[in-house]
Amino acid sequence: MQHYTMNLKLKVWRQQNSKSEGRFEVYDVNDISSEMSFLEMIDVLNEKLIKDGGDSIAFDHDCREGVCGMCSMVIDGRPHGPWQGTTTCQLHMRAFKDGDTITIEPFRANAFPVVKDLMVNRGAFDRIIQAGGYISVNTGNAVDGNAILIDKQNADDAFAAAACIGCGACVAACKNASAMLFVSAKVSHLALLPQGQPESKQRVAGMIAQMDKEGFGSCTNTYACEAECPKEISVMNIARLNREYLQSNLGS
Amino acid sequence: MNWSQLFSSSIGKKIVMALTGIFLIIFLVVHCYVNANVFFPNAQENFNRAAHFMGTNLLIRVTEIGLFAGFILHIIQGYKLELQNRSSRKSRYAVNAGNKTSKWYSRSMALLGTLILLFLIMHLVHFWVPSRFGGLTEVQYGNDPIVFHNLYAQMQDTFAPMWVVVVYILGCISLSWHLLHGVQSAAQTLGWTNKKYTSIIKSIGFGFSIIVPLIFALMPIFIHFGWELNLGSLTLLF
Repeated sequence: MQHYTMNLKLKVWRQQNSKSEGRFEVYDVNDISSEMSFLEMIDVLNEKLIKDGGDSIAFDHDCREGVCGMCSMVIDGRPHGPWQGTTTCQLHMRAFKDGDTITIEPFRANAFPVVKDLMVNRGAFDRIIQAGGYISVNTGNAVDGNAILIDKQNADDAFAAAACIGCGACVAACKNASAMLFVSAKVSHLALLPQGQPESKQRVAGMIAQMDKEGFGSCTNTYACEAECPKEISVMNIARLNREYLQSNLGS
Repeated sequence: MNWSQLFSSSIGKKIVMALTGIFLIIFLVVHCYVNANVFFPNAQENFNRAAHFMGTNLLIRVTEIGLFAGFILHIIQGYKLELQNRSSRKSRYAVNAGNKTSKWYSRSMALLGTLILLFLIMHLVHFWVPSRFGGLTEVQYGNDPIVFHNLYAQMQDTFAPMWVVVVYILGCISLSWHLLHGVQSAAQTLGWTNKKYTSIIKSIGFGFSIIVPLIFALMPIFIHFGWELNLGSLTLLF
């Protein structure tokens, strides 16, 4: 693809902290290379804001290679921007053209309070994991991995579910701010493996109870989460979560 | 975990929506089948006899109580969930992805449900109230001593003005969209979907959502224009 430069207008959500009212600020950014990543484009803007004595735009990022789940942002109404199966850090400026106006908002959900600007607190996800998203193992020498036989299909499905990076785009995309895709991925990757069986009942019950407590909405199966997930987690995991939850409750 | 914990959880509430939804779908099938008498020759007698059976059979009358309970539970729970879900995002987005990531009717179940509720109230006033609380003319057939409610005549009166027919068709269109999301959503909530069954469930849901409301929509049209369908010796059970 031909390299090009562009001038853009950014409408960025600025908010001092979780208590204060936020508002949009408009910035012009010029001479942006089509080969820059989206976050590099914001870095350029921040350099300029700092140089001019202003307050830089706060946003989450870490690995910048699409695996850590830190970057967030809703770009023109799409969590992680317009590209499918892509995190914000892997979104490149060739997705935009000269003269575009880009609206950048934080992930919005009561359960994800804004820390500052585009940064939100996703601690609710950590507390859901603490409520059951783990297995208990004995200490000592590691067991030989090949000693436990696992069905190929289950291993593949578990691996696909484990690809969830916990970024929260599913919550941001859902009209109900539901966390079901995240929880379903975390329940599924353990429920599909033999190591996950002993704690399966408490796991799903505990994680759903915590999810409800955190103030996420409920799932109405619109599947916007699946469409926006940068790791393309399937909503079939939500069906599995529902099955696990029913089994956990209907058993004695 | 006890029962109250199950049904007060977010998944439990959805299970209530799914189960009551499926119950109401079964009702639609029965209602559609009984009413299909209006399409065939000798519609007045056949339909009135079928309506008489539905109105006097003990099992059906007991099930009717369950049906009202199912409707009320589905409606109240639906509104409660909608309010709860709306309040889980206090600060709204300036730009929404809209139809790029989900279907409009999937996002509008409460709106479609409200339209169906308004239709339902009108429909009950048209037919259920007069058949339970009086106001219908009566008719007898041949040597049969039973005096039947002439519910068929009530239909002819109701569907005489074209605008009523149009409103009924709009009600059926709302129902169709509601079902288009509802059938597959219920299956997903109950955990029936997986790689193997999803496409089958979606196809059945799609077919049902089109065919059943279409048959319902044809009824007021047939009555209004006085059409009948002659399939020779083929008749309905009733």
